[in-house]
Amino acid sequence: MENANLKLHYNVDKKDFINAGEASSSVKKVLRKLGVNPECIRNLAIAMYEAEINMVIHANGGTIDVDISPECIHVVLSDSGPGIPDIQRAMQEGYSTAGDNVRELGFGAGMGLPNIKKYSDDLKITSEIGVGTTVEIKVNIPS
Amino acid sequence: MLVKDIAEKLQAEIVNPGHHLNREIKGCYIGDLLSWVMSNAQEDDIWITIMSNVNVVAVATLTDVACVLLCENVDPDDNCLKRANEQGISILKTKLTAYEAAVKIGNLL
Ligand SMILES: Nc1ncnc2c1ncn2[C@@H]1O[C@H](COP(=O)(O)OP(=O)(O)OP(=O)(O)O)[C@@H](O)[C@H]1O
Ligand SMILES: [Mg+2]
Repeated sequence: MENANLKLHYNVDKKDFINAGEASSSVKKVLRKLGVNPECIRNLAIAMYEAEINMVIHANGGTIDVDISPECIHVVLSDSGPGIPDIQRAMQEGYSTAGDNVRELGFGAGMGLPNIKKYSDDLKITSEIGVGTTVEIKVNIPS
Repeated sequence: MLVKDIAEKLQAEIVNPGHHLNREIKGCYIGDLLSWVMSNAQEDDIWITIMSNVNVVAVATLTDVACVLLCENVDPDDNCLKRANEQGISILKTKLTAYEAAVKIGNLL
């Protein structure tokens, strides 16, 4: 199987700001080694980091699965946090429920989800209150 | 202009010497809100900020900025410094405001 996809799995710990972004950094390094187009790498890194940090800030951490094929990078981030009551509203630039403690760290501009939308080719968010949120990101790799 | 040369010209302190001080700086971005920085900072920028926690290192790593310049005499906290050393991110520090530093950098680049 010459075109076998590369699959990666990460666990993201809750409230772990020290290691937040590690999964995104790791995927970025892998994509660099694979020689993927730099713009794709940048787009994926921005989108994935925003989703990863959201799991740390707004949920209780979670898991990330990455699937890299020659055509695209597909990332699924799942958490069992509080869920998002109104996804459309959450997608709006500037909307944030971040508390003062994380705003002090530089988060809470309400630009994370808009960034994910902007830098990905496909974004799907499914969420259920009290159950959790799944964010699915796709970045295409031009041939 | 190289990171070490900018540091010298600005009389900025290199808080963690020995990393990528020979990286070329090609641009500059100023910002403290991390999602704005993620989206707008470019590879090889010098990133000017007053944020000094560990998340700065993650954002600097992912955006591939050449170095971080903490202005207004801000010190990085311990986790930030430790992480910066692990990830090879150069942190500079100046007493200048972001504006003052950017004006000088603009004249140097
Ligand atoms: N995984 C998640 N679980 C629960 N709520 C979430 C999750 N991701 C986002 N949200 C909600 O959506 C809002 C908007 O998210 P977004 O990433 O755009 O902004 P932010 O994280 O508040 O600020 P920024 O990303 O600019 O630092 C959040 O404030 C939060 O209420
Ligand atoms: Mg966010």
